[in-house]
Amino acid sequence: MESTTAPVKPQFSEAAKAEIARLLTHYPDDRKKSALLPLLHIAQAEFGGWVSPEVQDLVAETLGLKPIEVYEVSSFYTMFNLKPVGKHVLEICRTGPCMLRGSDELTANLERITGAKVGETSPDGLFTLKEVECLAACGTAPIVQVREKYYEQLDSPEAVDAMLNELRNMVHRPLLPWEQTGLQHTQQ
Amino acid sequence: MAKITFDGIEIEVPDGTTILNAARKIGGDIVPPAMCYYTPLKGTGGKCRACLVKVSAGSAKDPRPMPKLVPSCITTVQDGMVVENTTNQQVLDVRKGIVEMLLINHPLDCPVCDQAGECDLQNFAFEHGMATTRYEEERRTFEKIDIGPYIQLHMTRCILCYRCVYTADQLTEQRVHGVLGRGDAAEIGTYIDNIIDQDFSGNVIDVCPVGALTDKTFRFKQRVWFTKPVNAHRNCENPKCSGNVVLWYKGKDVLRVTARKDEYGEVKEWICNTCRFEKKETSDWTIEGPTHIERSSVISANHYELPVVNPQVIADMPESTIRDLEQNPPLKLGR
Amino acid sequence: MGRKLLTEHINVPGIDTFEVYRQHGGYRSVEKALKTMTPDEVVEEVKKSGLRGRGGAGFPTGMKWSFLAKPEGVPRHLVCNADESEPGTFKDRHLMSRLPHLLIEGMITSSYALGANTSYIYIRGELLYVLRILEKAIAEAYANGFLGKNILGSGYDLDLHVHPGGGAYICGEETALLESLEGKRGNPRNKPPFPAVQGLYARPTVVNNVESIAAVVPIINEGGDEYAKLGVGKSTGTKLISACGHLNKPGIYEIELGVPVEEFIYSDEYCGGIWKGRDLKAVVAGGSSVPILPKELILKTAAGESRLMTYESLSDGGFVTGTMLGSGGFIAMDETTCIVRNTWNFSRFYHHESCGQCSPCREGTGWLEKVLHRLEHGHGNMHDIDLIVSVAKQIEGNTICPLGEAAAWPVAAAVRHFRHEFEWHVTHREEAARPGAVYPGKAVLV
Repeated sequence: MESTTAPVKPQFSEAAKAEIARLLTHYPDDRKKSALLPLLHIAQAEFGGWVSPEVQDLVAETLGLKPIEVYEVSSFYTMFNLKPVGKHVLEICRTGPCMLRGSDELTANLERITGAKVGETSPDGLFTLKEVECLAACGTAPIVQVREKYYEQLDSPEAVDAMLNELRNMVHRPLLPWEQTGLQHTQQ
Repeated sequence: MAKITFDGIEIEVPDGTTILNAARKIGGDIVPPAMCYYTPLKGTGGKCRACLVKVSAGSAKDPRPMPKLVPSCITTVQDGMVVENTTNQQVLDVRKGIVEMLLINHPLDCPVCDQAGECDLQNFAFEHGMATTRYEEERRTFEKIDIGPYIQLHMTRCILCYRCVYTADQLTEQRVHGVLGRGDAAEIGTYIDNIIDQDFSGNVIDVCPVGALTDKTFRFKQRVWFTKPVNAHRNCENPKCSGNVVLWYKGKDVLRVTARKDEYGEVKEWICNTCRFEKKETSDWTIEGPTHIERSSVISANHYELPVVNPQVIADMPESTIRDLEQNPPLKLGR
Repeated sequence: MGRKLLTEHINVPGIDTFEVYRQHGGYRSVEKALKTMTPDEVVEEVKKSGLRGRGGAGFPTGMKWSFLAKPEGVPRHLVCNADESEPGTFKDRHLMSRLPHLLIEGMITSSYALGANTSYIYIRGELLYVLRILEKAIAEAYANGFLGKNILGSGYDLDLHVHPGGGAYICGEETALLESLEGKRGNPRNKPPFPAVQGLYARPTVVNNVESIAAVVPIINEGGDEYAKLGVGKSTGTKLISACGHLNKPGIYEIELGVPVEEFIYSDEYCGGIWKGRDLKAVVAGGSSVPILPKELILKTAAGESRLMTYESLSDGGFVTGTMLGSGGFIAMDETTCIVRNTWNFSRFYHHESCGQCSPCREGTGWLEKVLHRLEHGHGNMHDIDLIVSVAKQIEGNTICPLGEAAAWPVAAAVRHFRHEFEWHVTHREEAARPGAVYPGKAVLV
C-alpha cells in the first residue's frame, strides 16, 4: 500500500558525519565497505536504537554500496534491531554459564516487572526485552547489557531494581565519545 | 600437468584443476554430485558438502592422507594425488548424511513442484539418500513470494546454495536480492519487497538446483517430462545474450524457454529475459532440432529416446525383473 | 602462587593510562624489539617461548607467524581476534578493559615482527565500551610516539585501529572475522587459501587471540627461553583461566600452566571450592565447545593420575575420557545441575550462532537443539539419545569451519558420560520436565 506521506529521508548529524570521516581513514580507499559494521552502530545510536530500511539505505549511500549489501549484513549480526524498540533494550544473556547462575529467573523477573515478554516492548515504551547469547561476562553472571553498559551479577532483587531505576531515571542515553566532541565543537 | 588417481582411474589434468573437474573429465558414475558449485559462476562451491571425497594421498611429494574429507569442487589437484569417491564407504556414508540434512527442512512437495523431473536435489536424494527420515520435528516454512513479474521465490524449498546470489552479482548491474538472516533462518530475499527486474535476472531460475526459483510464465503449465525440449536460436538484440536456447514444447505451444545446459546441469550460455519470457512463438526462433537429454533423466522417458533402465541405480531389483532385463536388454542410446 | 606475567600490575590505579603503564615497565618490549632486534629475531623468541595460541586451538604462535607469506610489494596485516564469545570465556574482555596498553604494546611488537604496517583489533560489537577504552589508549600511544610514523626513530611505521563486530560468535573463526572486517556477513571462508597467504583484503594476514598477543610482551622482555621455563612440557608460560559457574570465587586467574585441576577448583588461592557447600558434578574445562567431564574424570585421568591445567593433561584420554584446555573457559557445575538442560542450552547456542552457509551445520545444529529441547521438556524417546549422537557425528568433520565440531562435541560427550541422565529424562518425563529437576543418580563412568 502507498503511504500518504513521503517518509523524511534520514540524515546523519554533523557529529556522526565527523566520526564516519574518521572511521573511513582506518581502511584502504577501495575498501570502504569495511566501515559497514561501525557505521551501522553509529546509525543505530543516532536513529532511536534500531535501523529502519531508510536508515540502512542511508548507510549504503554513505559507503557507496548496494542497499542489499547492507541488508545482508544487518540481518546477519544480532546487535542490529530491524524493528522499532523501546527506550532501553535489555539484552539478557541466556547461555549456559548465566543459566547456571539464574538467568532463567532473571528473565522471568524482568518479564514480570516490565510487563513485556522476551521480544516485546513494555506498555510504557521504556523497555524492550531481548535474549542474547554469551556476553563474555560469565564470572559475574547473570548479566544484562543495555547499549554499551554491562549490568553484572543481577542475582538479587536489589541489583535488578538498581538497574531498572537507573534506566527509568535516564533522560537521555549517555553521550558517545564522538558526540561529546561534537558538542564541544558546537559550544565553542 | 598433474597426474591423479580417482577411484582407481588415472587421469592427467592441468595444474589448478579441481578434483571435481578432473572427475568430470573421466565422466560417468564416479563423478561426485554438486549442489552448490557451478562452473560458470565465480566463487561458488564448498557449501553444500555433497561432493566431499577422501584424499588418501595428498601428492607425490607428500603422500599423507588428508585428515578430513575435502570438498572436491574447490580442492585443486596435486601431482600424485589419490582420491576416493565411490570406492570409499566413509564418503558414501557422509553423503547419505548430507542428503538427510538437506531434506530435513525441505517440504518434499515434488508432486506439486515445477522443478520435479529436473531437480538436482531429487536426483541427489534418489541416488544417495535413504527412503525414510529420522526427522520428527517441525519443518521450516516460508510464504511464497513473487519477486518481479516473472520469478516466484518458494523459499521453503531453498537449500541456500547461493548460486542465484552469485548470478545476480555477476550478471546484472544492480543486485537486489541476497541471503538475509543466518543459520537455518537464513533466507534468499530482497528485504523490502524490491522486485528483481534486470535484463539477465531470469538466469537465477536456471541455476537454482531446486524448485525455489521458478518461472512464473511456466507455473503449473505442465510436468517437464510431458514437454519436448528443442534447441533453437534467434538473433537477440541484447549484445550480451547468446540467443541460444531450449524451447520446451507441448504440442505446438512453446511453454517455456530456458538456457542450454550441459550434462551436469550447468548453463552453457546465459540468455536475457526477453528471450526467456517474451518469445514464446515458434516464429520467433530458428529451430535446430531435438535437445539431447541424458538417458537417465525422467524427461527422456516419454518420448523420442527409448526408456533405458540403469540397473546400478535400482537396488534390490526383483528376480523377475532381472530375468526380464536379461532376456530383453534395454537399448543403449547416446554416446 | 605462581608468577603473573600479564596481570601483575592489573590492580594498580590508573594502569589503563599511558603514564602509569609506562611507569610500571610498559612498552619496554617495543623499545627492545625496535631498537635491538630484527623482526626475524622477534619471531625466533616467540618460537622459543613455546607459546601456544590462547584462543582455543592451541596452535604454536611462533610457527603460525613463520607461515606468513611475504610477497614483494604486498602489504601484510596483523589482526587481533578480540571477538571473545565462547561461552565460559571472559578473560580477554577483562585484560583489554583493565590493561589496554598491554594489548597495544603486544600489537606493536608483534606487528613489527611480521612486517605489518596497518593492524586491526577486531573486537566483538557487544564490547563497544572496551573499544572506547582501547581507542583512548591508542590515541595516547600515538601521542607518545609508539604508534604512527617512524616509531622511536626506528623507521618502522604502524597504524593500529579497533574494529567492532556486530554480534556473531562465528566471527571468532579467523576467516569469518576477516570477512566481517571487510564489511561482509561472517561466513567462514573455504581453506585453502589460508589467511597467512590470502587474508584481509586478500593480503597475507596473521590472526591472533588477545592473550597470545599480550603474552608476546613478557616473552620479548624476558626472552623466549625464560618464558618456556614456566609451565610443564609443551604447555609453557602462564594462562588466563576464566572460571565461572557454581564456584565460590568465579573470576579470572592467571595460572602457571601445570596447576592441578583439584587445586584450581578447591584452593582458596583460586576458585575456593563449590558454592553453597555442594558437591561438584561436572566441568567444562575449555569453553562450551570442549567435552564435558564428570567430577571423577576432571580431577583425575582415567589412569588415576592427577589432572593438571595443561594442554596435554586435560586432553589425556582423548575424547573418551579427556577433554581440552581450549580457551580456558572453566565452567563448573554442582550436583544440582541438569546435564540434559545444559546440553540443550549449549546446542541452542550453536544453533543460534551457525552462519548457515554449509548444510551439515545449518541443518544439524537446529536438529540437535530441537531433539534436546524435547528430551529436556519431557517429550523424548529412547531412540532420540542415539539420534543426537548420530546427528552430531554427521556434522563433525564435514563442515567448512570448526563450529561444526564445536556443536557436535558437547552433545557427544554429554551422552557419553551422562547417558543415564538422558535415559531418565525419557523414563521419568513428567518429573524431568519440572523446572529445576535433576537426575537423582550418579554419572556412570565409561
